[in-house]
Amino acid sequence: MHVIPIQSSSRIRITVNGHPVELDVRPEALLLDVLRERLQLKGAKRSCDMQVCGACTVLVDGEPVSACTFLALEADGREVLTVEGLAPEGALDPLQEAFIAHGAVQCGFCTSGMLLTARALLAEDPAPTAERVAQYLRGSLCRCTGYRKIVEAVLACGRPAGAGR
Amino acid sequence: MSRRVVGRSVRRTDALEKVTGRARYLSDLEVPGMAHARLLRSPHPHARIVRLDVARARTLPGVHAVLTAADLTWCEPFYGPALRDRPILATGVVRYEGDPVVAVAAVDEATAAEALDLVEVDYEELPAVMTLEAALAPGAPLVHQAEPLAGHFSDLASLRARPGTNICHQFDYERGQPAAALAAAAVTVEDSYAFPRIQHYSMEPHGAIAAWDAEGGLTLWASTQNPFSVRAELAAMFGLPASRIRIIVPLLGGGFGGKTYAKLEPLAAVLARAAGRPVRLLASVEDAFRTVRRCGARVRARLGFDRDGALLAVECHADFDVGAYADIAPRVIQKGTYTATGPYRVPHVRLHSNAVYTNTTPGGAFRGFGVPQIVWAVESLMDVAAERLGRDPVDLRRQNLLAHGEEYAPGDTPVDGKLEESLARLAEALRWAQAPAPGRARGVAAMMKASVAPSVSEAIVRLHADGSVSVLVSTVEMGQGARTVMAQIAAEVLAVPLQRVSVAAPDTSVTPYDQTTSSSRSTTMVGRAVQEAAEDVLGQLLRIAAGRLGAPVAQLRAEEAAIVGGGARLPYPELLDHHFGMRGGELIGRGVVAPGRTAAPLGGSTPFWEVAMGGAEISLDEETGAISVEAYASVSDVGCCINPQQCEAQDEGAVMQGLGHTLFEEMVYADGQLLNGDLVGYRVPRAEDLPARLESRFVENGDGAGPFGAKGLGEGGLVPVSPAVANALARLTGLRLRELPLTPERVWRALRQRRAGAAGGGLHRGSEVTDV
Repeated sequence: MHVIPIQSSSRIRITVNGHPVELDVRPEALLLDVLRERLQLKGAKRSCDMQVCGACTVLVDGEPVSACTFLALEADGREVLTVEGLAPEGALDPLQEAFIAHGAVQCGFCTSGMLLTARALLAEDPAPTAERVAQYLRGSLCRCTGYRKIVEAVLACGRPAGAGR
Repeated sequence: MSRRVVGRSVRRTDALEKVTGRARYLSDLEVPGMAHARLLRSPHPHARIVRLDVARARTLPGVHAVLTAADLTWCEPFYGPALRDRPILATGVVRYEGDPVVAVAAVDEATAAEALDLVEVDYEELPAVMTLEAALAPGAPLVHQAEPLAGHFSDLASLRARPGTNICHQFDYERGQPAAALAAAAVTVEDSYAFPRIQHYSMEPHGAIAAWDAEGGLTLWASTQNPFSVRAELAAMFGLPASRIRIIVPLLGGGFGGKTYAKLEPLAAVLARAAGRPVRLLASVEDAFRTVRRCGARVRARLGFDRDGALLAVECHADFDVGAYADIAPRVIQKGTYTATGPYRVPHVRLHSNAVYTNTTPGGAFRGFGVPQIVWAVESLMDVAAERLGRDPVDLRRQNLLAHGEEYAPGDTPVDGKLEESLARLAEALRWAQAPAPGRARGVAAMMKASVAPSVSEAIVRLHADGSVSVLVSTVEMGQGARTVMAQIAAEVLAVPLQRVSVAAPDTSVTPYDQTTSSSRSTTMVGRAVQEAAEDVLGQLLRIAAGRLGAPVAQLRAEEAAIVGGGARLPYPELLDHHFGMRGGELIGRGVVAPGRTAAPLGGSTPFWEVAMGGAEISLDEETGAISVEAYASVSDVGCCINPQQCEAQDEGAVMQGLGHTLFEEMVYADGQLLNGDLVGYRVPRAEDLPARLESRFVENGDGAGPFGAKGLGEGGLVPVSPAVANALARLTGLRLRELPLTPERVWRALRQRRAGAAGGGLHRGSEVTDV
């Protein structure tokens, strides 16, 4: 099958990790490629490439999306948060601290997506149960940890008494 | 001896870069001027290429190279660690759906993909063998016509193909008089068990970037678990000295065995050569499904016991489905089969296995390395035997465990763990002595695995003028935390803070030789080399200090980055300054761990025995057939946890990966096509599948050959999962399932079949039912 290339591009304005960015993108450009190739934000990863694994998860206006299947055009005018934006001033986010402290990081390929998904969960439900965490993470696969330490790390941040244990 | 760093759950040295998104993997690397590659793969499981026209593809603007097998006349185009049976690109015949036929390098991936659309290929389909049964049938179509050449491993020098069949290697082992012992046994149990083809799904698919220099040398950045094996393959293919091939390994996004031995590296290298510029070849997950997988297997085992439950004899025959190319599968089958008798004392043994080609994705190394397939059968049969003997399954196992120091097989390493302690800890963790709640049942299983031998690991430790330390090893960091562990070992020996130790990334032109990051061997083998190298440096420091103080070395010791003794304290920088007469220079320590060839059955004695036992508590939804693993306990004998949290993390991950192939994972083929070669169709464990209670425990008697008495772990925890769950299912329902995965459908069908049988007055609890 021969794909007819579309030559046109459109200008989009997005706020990435708090910084406004203007760039021209082709209509078929995926947010993941724009982040990784154009903006050199390599934290979001490409794995399954079909919205199953969550390695490419970023937050768009606070909502987790799979950047591998999300058109860059759709991000126009919206706020995108990637893992690089989680600790802008160098001080780690409580989730990042908890992932380290609980040993929830192994190969690290899922970590960016896990952290952002967990962030969205905590925004929605600041004190989730273990069941809720596991359920919310169903779209974030990890092949290394077996999930227990990830769930524990998220729970540690969800305790009402506060962040980061 | 009190330890400062070893034995503590220090934070991973790579945790910060990983939680901030700064960690760099192969797919994050960009080499200036690099082109991007794509592969055209065979749509057929077995076919002759009758016409291949790439002329139009070559004229597409932006295309740098279009390669077919016909272009690879300048190098040796076949490779493989055990058998050189695999062409870089298909030479006239394709042997599985996904076999690479054409490779393209272009300015970007989209252009490369467009070029592939312009390639014209006509195939003439050939009869394919998609299952073990078909491949082993008399007169079966042959996957390979010619007998392939041997690869480069001495332990596989005796590869025994059976000409005229699809069997590319056989393994045989016998001791005692198994036939007579089985004939005389009071109780024998026997059955066949099936293990499916499993995909590793490391979240990072394979990748390689190749660049040739002006002098004809080759540099590769590769997501590989064993850069030195890849180097050996490439050196042979390209006629280059090893010193002219440089392989640099960034962080890996998981490996699990799937990144051992050459995968995409030869393709990236020939593309870069043809393109005249660096080339990056990144696999997709769909590509990974067509690159390597776990060998499926059909295992028939027979166990004979005396009246008192003593295991007298084991006979085991296994056919392993190794797919279209042998990869490392010949070693998988012999190592997996060799430990068929597990942690038990068995006087009479007969083992035989075949590595069988089929027209499917090549089978290779995968966590457990042939052991899970065999243990699935043998440990299921242990429970069948317990029932026949009227014995408690834990008790029957305990009776037959090998003792500490007892020989596993003549010539091999004596048992280095206290197996009864592992079993006792398991029973305790699982609350075996208490009856489970109604609707629940428990099952256990055990395994013992040999690590690869002979084997070599080398380390260099450098103490810099300021007292900081660099550790040079080629251990690949793929998530297991090896770099952290190596830093801990060096910091412990040299009495410096962990933060003062850096561990270099593997680079074959810089870091010293290491055979492979696999086989659960790194902590034991590389860790020991790091310990020796650090002790070498420490010895030099002590001698310098002794000379300076005029005191005997025996009175001196390292403490807080200084040599102390006799009332004096000499910090390392001061000692080095004194030694070199300037602020500069460094002390270099060397560690070499190389247990060589022995008379053991596999040609080398295992450096340690990996021992793992596991137990599951399950419930069952009889309406749907869905098994819930409510609790799982795993016990590993690791000698010494260098980093307890990372030990736990490895073990928990292993158990969950084991639950995957126990409950849902299976690569399914129909009409020669892989039906579920992506993450939509192939179900791996999710967070929701985590048992409510998952507990890892460790036996630490300091009796391992590794540093501080450590032994390896990482694979073991996965192995007992399937039989433990199936044994629990049998205890809950009386159903003995012999084919993995234990999907709801399979369990439901077995339940229904039994109900039908019961209505006819046939089967009862304890009977064996299986589907086909």
